[in-house]
Amino acid sequence: MLYTNDAYTPFEVEVVEFIQEHHDIFTIRLKFTDPAIDSKYFFRPGQFNMIYLYGVGEVAISIVNDRNHQPGRFEHTIQVVGRITKGMAKLKAGDKVGIRGPFGTAWPMEEAKGKDVIIVTGGLGNAPLVAATEEVLKNRKQYGKLRVLHGIRTSDLLIYEDMYTRWNNSPETKVYMATSNAEPVDNGKWTWGKGFVTNFIPELGVDYANSIVMCVGPEPMMIGVAKSFIAAGVKPENVYISLERSMKCAIGHCGHCQLGAQFVCKDGAVYPYPACEELLKVKGL
Amino acid sequence: MSHYYFLPHQRIDDMLSALKSDGYKCVAPRYHDGSIGYDDLNKSSELPWGYHDAQAPGHYEVTKTEHKHAFGFTLPTTSVKPMLFKAKENVWKVARNDEGKLAFEPIVEFEKIAVFGVRPCDLRGIEIQDRVFMENSYNDVRYVKRRENQFLIAMNCTKSHSNCFCTALGDSPFADKGFDLAMTELNDEGFVVEVGSEKGRVLLDTLNLAAASGGQAQAALSRIEAAAEAQTKTLPPIKEVEAKLMANLEHPQWDDIASRCLSCGSCTQVCPTCFCHTERDEPNVLGTETNHTREWDSCFSIDHSYTHGDTYREDTKYRYRQWLTHKFSTWRDQFRTKGCVGCGRCVTWCPVKIDVVDEINAICK
Repeated sequence: MLYTNDAYTPFEVEVVEFIQEHHDIFTIRLKFTDPAIDSKYFFRPGQFNMIYLYGVGEVAISIVNDRNHQPGRFEHTIQVVGRITKGMAKLKAGDKVGIRGPFGTAWPMEEAKGKDVIIVTGGLGNAPLVAATEEVLKNRKQYGKLRVLHGIRTSDLLIYEDMYTRWNNSPETKVYMATSNAEPVDNGKWTWGKGFVTNFIPELGVDYANSIVMCVGPEPMMIGVAKSFIAAGVKPENVYISLERSMKCAIGHCGHCQLGAQFVCKDGAVYPYPACEELLKVKGL
Repeated sequence: MSHYYFLPHQRIDDMLSALKSDGYKCVAPRYHDGSIGYDDLNKSSELPWGYHDAQAPGHYEVTKTEHKHAFGFTLPTTSVKPMLFKAKENVWKVARNDEGKLAFEPIVEFEKIAVFGVRPCDLRGIEIQDRVFMENSYNDVRYVKRRENQFLIAMNCTKSHSNCFCTALGDSPFADKGFDLAMTELNDEGFVVEVGSEKGRVLLDTLNLAAASGGQAQAALSRIEAAAEAQTKTLPPIKEVEAKLMANLEHPQWDDIASRCLSCGSCTQVCPTCFCHTERDEPNVLGTETNHTREWDSCFSIDHSYTHGDTYREDTKYRYRQWLTHKFSTWRDQFRTKGCVGCGRCVTWCPVKIDVVDEINAICK
């Protein structure tokens, strides 16, 4: 984490671009206004920042690497779900917000080396795994096959389509997209798949015994995905998921993100599935 | 050189003067509006001379007696926590200029405070909160500064109230560490004083106190032992409690508690170790500056587990279970210490008389 003398106080960043991804989903590209801070900032795929909107407050959002791979830039893709994100939807290029971070655990990019990599996401769960996917593509020879599976409720909720197309055209990489409802996109225009992400398991053409799965989506979906891939032969310890809980501080002080003994902000948010499997079975924990 | 000194009641003001000349503001338990709580102390006459308290589940009562002792009560209504981790404070502010540029500035307020009369359970509460705010991956600079500028004068217990259960947790009403000076009051006389730090020794040297007599030192120890023996509550060994609670997350007792618990959060507000808080912005009307506040929160509030769209602990049963299992089990995994000091405040201040010790025993039997 960037840190001078107080872990609670954010640093100023500038919105360099505002991208409307969907009617209630947007991306802000950011840069630190102080070059000294920028030179110290470094995140790993899967980590998150606390983003502060003036006069409103902070929210925990996963970090997406810059789409143009420009140094000193990073992105956050945000869905309007509450008071703070609603305010952030009105940001524009040149506006300033605050950042504290990065926080939390990262995707197992080292452990994944030499293995087939399966990225499984649902809805906006794709944002926390963009950086991990790009990391594989950047160091292509160190990893096995790459499979990117993404599920969306309705076809118009597809974001990052250019990125998916680029990934799909990359070596040893294939993208599988599934929607439960293709209707909203005109007939013939929807060239991706239908159904659920787990439907693709028989056709991925990977060595499941030597695969690593990284999954983000709604909790019931992640549990379902984990179980399906373990049934297909992936070792349970090679299945990773990322949890979401309320966070006010992100430094293990505020108590909100507790799940049993876990502080999701610092012990997670990325977990090997066996580390949280039992905890997720307990209602109201 | 003696290990024990004697401070006669008549010389308390000398100690307060010495602390003041070292730049400390003195704070002590004081009687006010029917209760005894920490407040500024200017002179020894402001101490709660002769006051006694009676505590039972959902019950607190203070009475005035003719006894000539200042610490005849058991423990103040609040712990030392609010002096270190404030109930509400501004942690940083941000100024916004016409161009929208944001200038963030941490707010770190602290002063030198000497606390005259900290019960051993509350000392342990400080030690537990140190793990959260001072001995953690990230520290709270405000808490650290306040701790560094704190002078702690422990007051060993010579009496226990009926909700006290430090002995059930394997602790005792005897301050064993974490203080600058520790004192034990002898009725109508004064205090046997023990040094616990260099800072404490330096201060005591300025007072030129006589060594405590062997009889005084023994009398002090006997009085503490009597306080320990007066406690009646028992629990299984703490390691057993820690394991059994997490193994019984679906125990019917949770439903039973939920039928009584109001989810009011009183227990968390008086607890010396609870650290949950929330943060919010308080902007000025001009839109040019915002204070960012940190305020105590409670795991009993419905918002506590709210994560856009989902409230993970929507029922009282889950909220009480979170509080109890955190305090008596998962705290150990998180901070390598237990989360309770046995002060009994959560029992005293529970409006429906829920006794945490009884509930643990019901689940762990």
